[in-house]
Amino acid sequence: MISGIPAFFSITLIICCFMCLYRMFRGPTSADRIVALDILGILVIGFCVFATVFVPRRFLMDIALSWAILGFVGTLALAKYLEGKQFDE
Amino acid sequence: MSEIIGLIFMVVGLAFNFAGSLGLVRLPDVYNRLQAATKCVTLGTCSILFGAIFYSGMDEVGFKALLCILFIVLTSPTAAHAIARGAHIYGVKLWEKSVCDKYEEEK
Repeated sequence: MISGIPAFFSITLIICCFMCLYRMFRGPTSADRIVALDILGILVIGFCVFATVFVPRRFLMDIALSWAILGFVGTLALAKYLEGKQFDE
Repeated sequence: MSEIIGLIFMVVGLAFNFAGSLGLVRLPDVYNRLQAATKCVTLGTCSILFGAIFYSGMDEVGFKALLCILFIVLTSPTAAHAIARGAHIYGVKLWEKSVCDKYEEEK
């Protein structure tokens, strides 16, 4: 069992992730869902950093870095889709 | 000593992350949620990464964390601006108690 500081960090971040999931399922417009997806991606980066420090596995920092890049590209593509344009305009 | 400084930075970042997620749940319309969530969560995650630099020293993990901070600070406001513009063009209404809409006036 994990205990102490890592458990506190993990539980708080998991609560934050469930708040994002609530907004993603409940959100009245599709823009709400895109915002929640963006925020969930940034929270996952924080979770990877915690795992890098406390587990410790060094490769999780690579996952955080690539998640930042791919999440940005995905959010930008979804925003373009919301705007009603093609991707190359 | 540097581990304690790193843990303090991480707890501060965790508080900012929690506040941002709470704003994502509680605030009334898309633009308010975008404001609260993007700013708070960006600052909180940068603080967590900064704490990781202090915690593990400036080895390869610290360098990647520095790169990740730079990338998040550059890209997260860009993504938020793109979402807000897309939502406005898509036709999402503002909250009924909103004061002004400069983007609509400029058109």
